Amino acid sequence: MVYLTRKAEFAASHYYHNPEFTPEENRAIFGKCNNPNGHGHNYTLEVTVKGKVDPKSGFVVDLKKLKDVMNREVLDAMDHRFLNKEVPEFLTQIPTTENLAIAIWQRLAPRLNAAQLHRVRVYETPDLFVDFYGEA
Amino acid sequence: MKAYLTRRYLFSASHRLHRNGMPEEWNRETYGKCNNPHGHGHNYHLEVTVSGPVDPRTGMVCNLVDLDGFVQREIVERFGLQNLNTLPEFASDVPTTENLCVAIYEILRRGFRKAHLERVRMEETMMNSFAYAGGAEIRE
Repeated sequence: MVYLTRKAEFAASHYYHNPEFTPEENRAIFGKCNNPNGHGHNYTLEVTVKGKVDPKSGFVVDLKKLKDVMNREVLDAMDHRFLNKEVPEFLTQIPTTENLAIAIWQRLAPRLNAAQLHRVRVYETPDLFVDFYGEA
Repeated sequence: MKAYLTRRYLFSASHRLHRNGMPEEWNRETYGKCNNPHGHGHNYHLEVTVSGPVDPRTGMVCNLVDLDGFVQREIVERFGLQNLNTLPEFASDVPTTENLCVAIYEILRRGFRKAHLERVRMEETMMNSFAYAGGAEIRE
């Protein structure tokens, strides 16, 4: 089994707000991230797939295909977007880094035919990242 | 949905690697430059990984304010800008980054209640890093 990781970067804005909380609760729990005008990050995405090395091609996965899927499913949908308003998952969920990693996993997992998705890592900043392995 | 949240912190400290009770020659051979009696320092990068179900109400494994507050209070203030050899944690243990990593893991394991502690990783320099998960295997 060999693990292959592909990186991508995207920039997006978001804010944290739960309509079931009072304004005071939202401010207390989410702090500055509750500003409804949003704020942004340069996100770094790392997608790790695993699989056997194909003896003919020497590849775990064709990187071009992996890149195309990442571009189509993630970057086209999220790069230079306001996540709360423009990405369907975040009309109902809060676009935290945790939920972003889960949403990206769910977008990619059904579309990676050759290789198995191992890990989605999303860096919100260089000092904060979330890993998701598809665990329930 | 179980997710793993990792936060990086920075603190600086000095240390000297020296095993009391062992001959000077053994210490010099074992620790080399790190045995310099005047000590030396590092900028330590600390990575704390916690895990748990993502709370559907907040979208979070744990609130970063809680994790940052705990690490600042219990770790950065305890070890930052200190000579590690003078601290009670290293009264009998040599302050290698292995031992520092385990000491920090234990502080978090005993005191941080807001999420499950998964792993502590420390970079002593850009060239070497250490990770400890309470004896468990570490998944990359």
